[in-house]
Amino acid sequence: MNPLLQVSKLRLSYPGRGFRSAAPEVLRGVSLDIAPGETVGLVGESGSGKTTLGRAVLGLAAPTSGSITFDGNDITAASQRERRKLARDIQVVFQDPYTSLNPALQIADILSEPLIAQGQKPADARRSVTALLDKVGLPADSAARYPREFSGGQRQRIAIARALALQPRLIVCDEPVSALDLTTQARILDLLIDLQRETGVAYLFITHDLSVVRHISHRIAVMFRGELVETGPTAQVTEEPESNYTRRLVLASPTADPDRQRQRREARRMLSHSASTT
Amino acid sequence: MTTPSIGQTTDVGAANAPKRIGAFRRIISTPLGLFSVIILLSIVMLGILEPVLRGHDPNTAELSAINAPPGTPGYFLGADQNGRDIWSRVLASINVSVISALIGSGVAVAIGSIFGLISGYIGKRLDGVLAWLFSLLMTFPAMILIMVLQPITGGTYQTMMALFGIFISPGIFWLVRNLVIGVKNELYVDAAKVSGLSNRRILSRHVLYVVRGPIIISAAFMATAAIGIQAGLAFLGFGSGQDANFGTMTGDAFLNIYRAPLQLLWPSLFLALMNAALVLLGNAYRDALAGPQAVAPRQKKKQSAAKLEVTKPLEAHPQSAEVSASARAELLSVRNLRVSYPNLDGTRKEVVKGTSLFIRPGEIVGLVGESGSGKSQTAFSILGLLPKQAEVSADVMNLAGDSLLQQDGKLLRRMRGSVISYIPQEPMSNLDPSFTIGSQLVEGLRASMSKKEAKETALALLARVGITDPERTFKSYPHQISGGMAQRVLIAGAVAPRPKLLIADEPTTALDVTVQAEILDLLRDLQGELGMGVLLVTHNFGVVADLCDRVLVMRDGEIVEGGHVRTIFRNPSHPYTQELISSILDEATVRTDPELVGVKEHK
Amino acid sequence: MIPFLLRRVGAGLVLITVVTAITFFLTYGANIPVARNILGPAASQEQIDILNGQLGLNRPILEQYFAWIAGVLQGDLGRSYYTSEPVVHALASRLPVTLSVVLLSAAITLTVSIWLGVVGAARGGVVDAILQGISTITFVFPAIILAIAMVYVFAISLKLVPAVGYTSFDHSPGQWFASVILPAIILSIGGIAALAAQIRGSLVDELSKDYVRTLRSRGVSERSILLKHALRNASGPGFTTFSLQFISLFGASLFIEKIFALPGYGTYGFNATMQFDLPAMLGVTLFGVGLVVVMNLVIDIASGWLNPKVRMS
Repeated sequence: MNPLLQVSKLRLSYPGRGFRSAAPEVLRGVSLDIAPGETVGLVGESGSGKTTLGRAVLGLAAPTSGSITFDGNDITAASQRERRKLARDIQVVFQDPYTSLNPALQIADILSEPLIAQGQKPADARRSVTALLDKVGLPADSAARYPREFSGGQRQRIAIARALALQPRLIVCDEPVSALDLTTQARILDLLIDLQRETGVAYLFITHDLSVVRHISHRIAVMFRGELVETGPTAQVTEEPESNYTRRLVLASPTADPDRQRQRREARRMLSHSASTT
Repeated sequence: MTTPSIGQTTDVGAANAPKRIGAFRRIISTPLGLFSVIILLSIVMLGILEPVLRGHDPNTAELSAINAPPGTPGYFLGADQNGRDIWSRVLASINVSVISALIGSGVAVAIGSIFGLISGYIGKRLDGVLAWLFSLLMTFPAMILIMVLQPITGGTYQTMMALFGIFISPGIFWLVRNLVIGVKNELYVDAAKVSGLSNRRILSRHVLYVVRGPIIISAAFMATAAIGIQAGLAFLGFGSGQDANFGTMTGDAFLNIYRAPLQLLWPSLFLALMNAALVLLGNAYRDALAGPQAVAPRQKKKQSAAKLEVTKPLEAHPQSAEVSASARAELLSVRNLRVSYPNLDGTRKEVVKGTSLFIRPGEIVGLVGESGSGKSQTAFSILGLLPKQAEVSADVMNLAGDSLLQQDGKLLRRMRGSVISYIPQEPMSNLDPSFTIGSQLVEGLRASMSKKEAKETALALLARVGITDPERTFKSYPHQISGGMAQRVLIAGAVAPRPKLLIADEPTTALDVTVQAEILDLLRDLQGELGMGVLLVTHNFGVVADLCDRVLVMRDGEIVEGGHVRTIFRNPSHPYTQELISSILDEATVRTDPELVGVKEHK
Repeated sequence: MIPFLLRRVGAGLVLITVVTAITFFLTYGANIPVARNILGPAASQEQIDILNGQLGLNRPILEQYFAWIAGVLQGDLGRSYYTSEPVVHALASRLPVTLSVVLLSAAITLTVSIWLGVVGAARGGVVDAILQGISTITFVFPAIILAIAMVYVFAISLKLVPAVGYTSFDHSPGQWFASVILPAIILSIGGIAALAAQIRGSLVDELSKDYVRTLRSRGVSERSILLKHALRNASGPGFTTFSLQFISLFGASLFIEKIFALPGYGTYGFNATMQFDLPAMLGVTLFGVGLVVVMNLVIDIASGWLNPKVRMS
């Protein structure tokens, strides 16, 4: 099958401050592809460039070189008008459900905004709102309420509904469950998986949490200092990691079992010990 | 120049028509808001109706009326030392003030908001240039220039006010620019971009909404400034000294102050009324915009200003023999702890509802729960570091044989520096940015040792917590070190007094997993070395599994279950604990269903 | 710190150049009939041409500007058209009057604001109410009204200080103080209202920050937290406000000198403007901007000394 999204040798640096300061390179030649209906988990620590990669796909950050292809079309330097068309295919769910919804707008306005931007009549767009709310498991009367009346998990459901409004083929999920409580997190992940099965949407799922990514991804890409150090099927990457960094990452994430965690700790110490002696 | 600004604000209003009406309704529904609107409208009406209401020409001198007292027939408020009718002069002056206010604030709003929007929204190089220009303009000595540029302005008050408007426009510029930059970085604007909204729609829908209110509020305050400055300039003698305005009226009355001090009253009274109405209106509008929910944070701020070390025991019972006996075995024992905060309506909201817990010496106890469960409140009430408006009570709260209840601030403070200590969540925000790492560590140690000893101890501590170059870190400022290093520094500060109880509030939540693993190792080592009891507040069951001996599960202000870490993980008895444990993403199951095909079981 | 200061000095020089250039070209370029004003309506065109030649006003404006710049660099600001007194001398003799009032007022503003701000943040209550009162009064009553009211109460009714005039410090320190204290206090009121509220607000913000709680957890005293840690971190915005206030303080001193008949720099500038005495007007502008730049530099040094991030950038 042809990949839905193809990122190739992508480089990106943010402009440095002042005239002469060197621009730090955030992405250093990243190549990655996502098939239709697939979830690719992008794992990395803070500053690894994982969020920047997502923003580049969304057109919110401009790459310095390399290419991003969506459904066969090069969208690396898409114009504003092309971007507006792409909005039907590529959508986003951000980490922070508190700042990703405009506090001044009613839920109905938030959810109909993308539809109206694509040329739908406001009345038609409003009619779609109820269906969208139902899709993410929120009552229909939510439409007339404001974001502040909802909990973190419910807000994230609203953000997911907004992303679904245009029936996209790819959703970039940037740490969508990191700000949520454990029980809420599990429910939102289940919702995302269910929606994927229903609609066939693909996810680029960005997170720092290995257990989350293991739960939702078909494949995992591990990012370290602007480069992908390992890409592969979920089971392989999390159980038999090839790269040294992935191994360190896996062993450093604590597991919720005292005895297994003790073993993991010992293994990690062995690894760092052998790393420091060689 | 005023027209575009007025046009602009109404345009903004129209985009959010229902909201705007709401804000105005809310203003006139408050007594002060209604009062200020009425005063302002009446004064403006007086000015508009000047030709009808005035008895004389404001500038015609009548020798027979010189210094006529108020109430003289035909001279309602009397006449000045030139025999001019004060009432007519007041009416004429009102018009001058109203126009001054409109020009001064109008020019400032027009220039400031247009360039502020451009600078903030477009950003980049243009923002740099505009920001530089406006900060330059801000440092112009406005009054001197308004004075010296008389040959250009011709001394008419309208041109002087326009010039004044230019000089105060940086205020609006910075306000708008910073707000726009703030909004532009909001995720909801990114989401709107991804949804395909055009720049124009984003500006009108998301950006203008945020800047509109603050602009109107500062325009009200700038209007009072313009009125004052116009009067001041006229008082100095700029412009024609004969025209009636509050400045010349004040000037004339000032010269006449020994003979008829009452003449000073009239201009002062009307100026004060106008300005008071404007200020009140600005404040009423601010409150209306903020809405009811804004009252709470402000109140909170105000109260947290005061000292925060109050634990008020409501029902501190005398210790029974039984309690003191068990207290010997327990490092910390807490019985029936309650913490509550005042609601806006005067009732109190209880966030910790009678929890009891104990920690044995050398034991690591995890306190887990979801956000809002009261776990941090419990921890801070033991430290005595809750905000002042928190009301704390407990039957027993003993640490190492001493009661933490009913202590005065000083004793508690001494205990915090020695027996009990604290590791926070966010490493960076918990270091004072203005002091070196070394001086912050030394400050905590100085109570018990000399300066030289303290420095040596601090260096040794830095080495102990795994910092490779202690000397250098000692001299560094917080912004020069990484988050992981900062957390090591905070741990060094916490273990410095060799405490008996360490309270760690989500100590690794803000860190990357690889750093988290190192910090957990460090905590485990230090705990073994010093034999401290540890209360570890966390939401992460992996951290609990790594470090803790015992776990307490908290929900909604109550501890629902507590026990040995293996018991809680394997045989949780309370339904809530069971739900929590089952929400932990199982490591054994990996998503294997092919895209779109098959139905795989998952929790 | 050195690059930071050099940048600030550079910015100051730019400010001086821009402001004086604007003033120069707008005033000299305004075609004011200077010679006619000096010689009076009876003067013949020939006399006027001769005087214009003597004053150099018949030269192209750019040439006049560079001549003025050249003079400035040699410490020569030209002579007054009317008194022929060198402008530099005139300003030098009037500066002590203005500086006495302005610097005393700045000192009062700073000390009272810090005190009110700190006590307000630590205790609230009465001090908060006082602060609220002062700030309402300054918003509601324009400066001249306040000034006149205070003259009426303290100088005319209570006769505590002289209502008008200036005594030099050399002549009698006591009388000097009596002649400048009321103008200085009046100048300070507006500044205190704004600065104290600003300091109080920043302090309250600082006190709610995480590092304060951590300091408390280590047993550091409240006094040290408030005065050593929080005040220092709150000083940044305070300094910004104060440096802007100094500029308006300087402007407001024009009014004050008029009300109290103080023979200061503002009175000189006012008279020069009324007569279109161009060299004097420009001299007043240059001195005014120069003083603002110097004061801002002092404030920058103080703020850089307190804030390591500024110092090291």
